[in-house]
Amino acid sequence: MTFSYYPGCTLKTKAKDLDKYARASAEVLGITLEEPAEWQCCGGAYTTAADEIATKLSSVRALNSAKELDRALVTVCSACHNVIKQTNYDITNNADMAMKVNNYLKLDQPYNGETTVYHYLEMLRDVVGFDKLAEKVVNPLKGKKIAAYYGCLLLRPSKALAMDDPENPTIMEDFIRAIGAEPVIYSQRNECCGGYITMEDKAQAAKRSSTVMNCAQENGADMVITACPLCLYNLKKNSDSELPVVYFTELLAEALGIKEQEEI
Amino acid sequence: MNNNLKEQVLRSSQVNVLKCMRCGKCSGTCPSYDEMEYHPHQFVYMVEKGDIEKLMNSKSIYKCLTCFACVDRCPRSVQPAKVVEAVRLAAIRQQGNNHLIPDQIPSMLDEDLPQQAIVTAFRKYTK
Repeated sequence: MTFSYYPGCTLKTKAKDLDKYARASAEVLGITLEEPAEWQCCGGAYTTAADEIATKLSSVRALNSAKELDRALVTVCSACHNVIKQTNYDITNNADMAMKVNNYLKLDQPYNGETTVYHYLEMLRDVVGFDKLAEKVVNPLKGKKIAAYYGCLLLRPSKALAMDDPENPTIMEDFIRAIGAEPVIYSQRNECCGGYITMEDKAQAAKRSSTVMNCAQENGADMVITACPLCLYNLKKNSDSELPVVYFTELLAEALGIKEQEEI
Repeated sequence: MNNNLKEQVLRSSQVNVLKCMRCGKCSGTCPSYDEMEYHPHQFVYMVEKGDIEKLMNSKSIYKCLTCFACVDRCPRSVQPAKVVEAVRLAAIRQQGNNHLIPDQIPSMLDEDLPQQAIVTAFRKYTK
């Protein structure tokens, strides 16, 4: 099975691990992630304003390129996923925005939200199946206590993202069980790490990130996993915790027994 | 009271500020609450009153992290983050009023800072 795959700017630069382990693991699971010949940065944050059109066009181009190939679009970076999913939701539900976008882009066929968007975790749950994933695990991460960090971008706004229950999500915990480890539930798992505020207010980012990490640690976690490069940065660099933070795709590759070959 | 600005913010945000019942849950759940001069629930009622310029001139508009906690947790679906965004856009769309300029970036970099942080800051702070 082949899906269109939108890596985004950071997975080509500071978050290469998130990308390479995602692609290699998908192959083991019988899925090829094919990057479009051309794509543009999503912009990192969705502009919710109804009179913002230009800031949404790069997402529509990515969505439409998948539509033209009659494929679903897979994302792995939480920010790309949030921006593309919200764009798709609004273009489906806001006729005025869809008209303005299509008037500008002049595509062969207008784009009105036809493409299905999967976050990589949703692909594991809804396409592969966590039970099938568990069967492919050759190196179960037994005894590891792992705290899933959702942050904000994977879950909210829940009407548009529609991935999981925004207050009591289970998708990452089910993933952790599928790779043989034990999930740690903690109250800060769906609260913000501080995001881009690290650019101009390190103290605020430090306060948020430390709160998240200390909460995970107090609840017995050995490590924290995330799907977001900016969460990883904040939790590692701006928090006062020594707890390791890794991308979920790295643990997936480890469990599937392909991590070492990817490191060469 | 500035009716032009109020109309612009309402149109841009598509928010019905009259739905707010002042429960304060948006501000209670906001991760930037301590850093804000005006809090999410105040944005909603100040826009209702047409008191937009005070908000536009406050640093509070650059403190919203766009985490959508207030959007998802509002019992009346008011979507305060969309109001904050519309006010911020009203401010940064004015000529010469960008909150971040490219010359500032080199001093903010470290070897691990993801590109995502930079593009997001530009999208939030700059036109």
